[in-house]
Amino acid sequence: MLRRFTAGRSIARRLAQGQAQPARLFSTSQPRKADITLTVDGKEVTVPQGTALIQACEAAGAAVPRFCYHDRLAIAGNCRMCLVEVERSPKPVASCAMPAMPGSKVFTNTPLVHKAREGVMEFLLANHPLDCPICDQGGECDLQDQSMRYGSDRTRFHEITGKRAVENKDLGPIVKTSMNRCIQCTRCVRFANDVAGVEELGTTGRGNDLQIGMYIEKTMDSEMSGNIIDLCPVGALTSKPYAFQARPWELKKTESIDVLDAVGSNIRVDSRGVQVMRIQPKINDEINEEWINDKTRYAYDGLKYQRLTTPLVREGDRFVPASWEHAMDTIRHGLQSSGAKGDEIKAVAGHTADTESLVALKDFINRLGSENLTLDQSLGDAPPVTGVDVRSNYLFNTGIENVGEADAVLLIGTNPRHEAAIINTRFRKSYLQTGAEFGLIGEDFDSVFEYDHVGTSPSDVEAFLSGKAVKGKGKGENDFARIWKEAKKPLIVVGSAVVEGKDGAAVLKAISKHVLANEKKFVTPEWNGFSILQRAASRAAAYDAGFTPSPTSTNTTPKFVYLLNADEIDPSTIPENAFVVYQGHHGDLGAQFADVCLPGAAYTEKSSTWVNTEGRSQLGRVAVVPPGASREDWKIIRALSEIVGSPIPYDDIIQLRQRMWDISPTLVRYDVIEKPSLEFIKLGLQLLSTPPSTTKAASTTPFKKPINDFYRTDAISRASVTMAACSKAFTKKEYDIASVDEAGSAQASYA
Amino acid sequence: MSVARSLLSSVRTAVVRPAGRRAFTSSSSRLSESLFVHRDTDYNNPNISFEFDAANMKRAQEIIARYPPQYKKAAVMPLLDLGQRQNKGWTSISVMNAVAKLLEMPKMRVYEVATFYTMYNREPVAPNFLQLCTTTPCQLGGCGSTKILETISTHLGIEPGQSTKDGKFTFIEVECLGACSNAPMMQVGDDFYEDLTPETTIKILDALAKGEKPKPGPQSGRMTSENSAGLTTLTGKPYGPGEFCQPEFQ
Repeated sequence: MLRRFTAGRSIARRLAQGQAQPARLFSTSQPRKADITLTVDGKEVTVPQGTALIQACEAAGAAVPRFCYHDRLAIAGNCRMCLVEVERSPKPVASCAMPAMPGSKVFTNTPLVHKAREGVMEFLLANHPLDCPICDQGGECDLQDQSMRYGSDRTRFHEITGKRAVENKDLGPIVKTSMNRCIQCTRCVRFANDVAGVEELGTTGRGNDLQIGMYIEKTMDSEMSGNIIDLCPVGALTSKPYAFQARPWELKKTESIDVLDAVGSNIRVDSRGVQVMRIQPKINDEINEEWINDKTRYAYDGLKYQRLTTPLVREGDRFVPASWEHAMDTIRHGLQSSGAKGDEIKAVAGHTADTESLVALKDFINRLGSENLTLDQSLGDAPPVTGVDVRSNYLFNTGIENVGEADAVLLIGTNPRHEAAIINTRFRKSYLQTGAEFGLIGEDFDSVFEYDHVGTSPSDVEAFLSGKAVKGKGKGENDFARIWKEAKKPLIVVGSAVVEGKDGAAVLKAISKHVLANEKKFVTPEWNGFSILQRAASRAAAYDAGFTPSPTSTNTTPKFVYLLNADEIDPSTIPENAFVVYQGHHGDLGAQFADVCLPGAAYTEKSSTWVNTEGRSQLGRVAVVPPGASREDWKIIRALSEIVGSPIPYDDIIQLRQRMWDISPTLVRYDVIEKPSLEFIKLGLQLLSTPPSTTKAASTTPFKKPINDFYRTDAISRASVTMAACSKAFTKKEYDIASVDEAGSAQASYA
Repeated sequence: MSVARSLLSSVRTAVVRPAGRRAFTSSSSRLSESLFVHRDTDYNNPNISFEFDAANMKRAQEIIARYPPQYKKAAVMPLLDLGQRQNKGWTSISVMNAVAKLLEMPKMRVYEVATFYTMYNREPVAPNFLQLCTTTPCQLGGCGSTKILETISTHLGIEPGQSTKDGKFTFIEVECLGACSNAPMMQVGDDFYEDLTPETTIKILDALAKGEKPKPGPQSGRMTSENSAGLTTLTGKPYGPGEFCQPEFQ
């Protein structure tokens, strides 16, 4: 039913750039298709062979209306809105399903085309309710927009039996359905099946009775389900949390970066006044394409609850609101009276700490004579086993864009579906389109691709990579060990939990030895098959900035603890009598231990740098002002340093970014990935393969998934009502599907 | 045009306007004839187990073997039919699930097929499943299918789409079954009963009710779709091979 065109948006981009990507095409085996030339509306345009005609028209600057066609999905060709006239063709052709032919003459703006499209539109509107005023899609509705151009102002269609009526489906706490509005473009079905891996969504019935659904009563259990709301060209699928909240033209749109995982998805924050109304994906082909996961999209309501809006000082067993001066002064007194000296001053950086504040905090703590800079993770007190000297030892070196090229992927102690849902969709794509094979060493998970479970523990990693048969495995043609040996572009993805775990050094030793032994396959100018998958937005930046303890500094018992967004902290690591400062935006776990809470800004409220798991630094932007008395995080640290008496030497963001440049130029080279040389990568791997002699041998304790509840992983998503509902519905599987009668009574019959 | 429109709207007002509602603001909704979503009932839910029996499993494997192994799912339609036959003539959700499991395809892909085609009955049917063709040729041919429809309705006391109380008959209207030359016709189970008249229809129904199986085919006594007035051509004995050829070829 569905045809595939490989030529996607990348063609348009290449055309826009006017040339092919340099250097890489020379050595990769990707076929380069011959270019063909055709004429669109009298304008000559050259596109690669196999391009859909609609793409060629776009390239020629002719806008073609469409409903079912989407350049990241398979082609369905069922809405017929994209009809164009082709010379010597007896009737208009659907340009999305027609390959561009050399020398053909295409017309997109003739009376025939207009009449054809008007006819299609009339049929679509025949069964479409006239409820635009109460429809959430209003203002961003493809059908509404295109009916302005091609719609008739009155109907010629009086069906005695009435308009088609379809009952609404309950897909869960995120997607709201109004199925009467559906025009059966099947974009959601194609997305769910091809990208999200929800094979339960489909079409039932036929002809006029065709409807979208799951046939049985079921929720759409996917971390990517929110994207079908964007894809829906009409108001059939709208957002439940955003229902009747705002109209698109009221919203201020700010392009920013997501921080709820380490992928660094590009987002657009839509705000009204001081409130974030919704979060939408922003297209970035190198990272998230056009998708974002549901946590990124819907955790924004957590920004409204549990916020720290004013400095708080602990008095006895309660927090008392205080002025900034009072709070800062209390910290100065606390630092003095705790008697903390040198490494007894400890800083802990959490998952959502931005790069600027990490750099400022490191400089501040260093100035106080301490090297005790730890990360909010298990064994965060120890220097990371990856080291921080070689970037390629802790980054996702392969690059998100390139993971699809891998022909065999070995996942070690990671569940990409929860740790990096966007990368997981890329895996799904390569699983479907290029037939990539997957193997997993670690805890089983509900995957959207098939994998061979080749082990569970660190010792299994050693065994598998040294070619020994893992117990109960190694049979049959689809044996992953054989595939792994024959793979041309193998990829090892090591989960951040492995690196943070007790066996991190041993596992990395085994892996780096394997990679070095097969370096012709793993480390080439075009391919780096050794990747660490970080799951916290601040982690790569913390390593880049050297926010790590010196080997001896953590031997002391801290007397003064500074928690920067540290909400996953193990309470036992905070001594009873230490003076604790918490700086962050939510009153979550970390704030409970604080003597003083300093209200910081959340990611939508500050313009800060984020480094994603690939080592790509990106700049987030201010969408709304921080609530109450809260301030940008680096400014708080700067102010505190002055009050404490050792001011850090930068007064504005420009000077701070210069400081970041001094630490690592990659931190402020935005939107690009710095590729290290092969020699450097190998040097890093050699470091990993010769860990200190104290390293213990790999144990047989199975790897554990670091994320058990995808919807509640950080202070923001834990404060979100929507995420709580999702967690209940999808993680705990406690969701009562609203019966049709209930849904029906709430609905008026319009139109 | 305007006459037609006013005519139409008057028909519309007369037919569908609900009391107390003005046609200006609302139009009636056209609901589908059958439900295209599944609702769990005590007779149709995924917990009722269904498995192909040994004989049918053998048949199923034969059917699957007709297709290349990577396109195993191509066997979905014959397997659904097989399941429907084993499951007393209807395709329950369990039949669909069993087929999906056997073919290793997502369940929804099977549901899509089963809801697309009208001959997969997703509700239980009686042992005598009457499918009366009411498409134009049957409506016009012979005595006309309208008469047959009335006959069946009055004789069994049910409307199309219903089953008799005794559970012996289910009666539906269907579109063309491809026996137009023997119109009007109906299908009972797998058999065609053609050239129907009200009398022969009642005879068939009575026989079916008794548990007998009347002879399928044209009820007028003619052979298949031969001319009922007797043959007009090809009446002689057909000649054998080479009969009129040169002697050496005979």
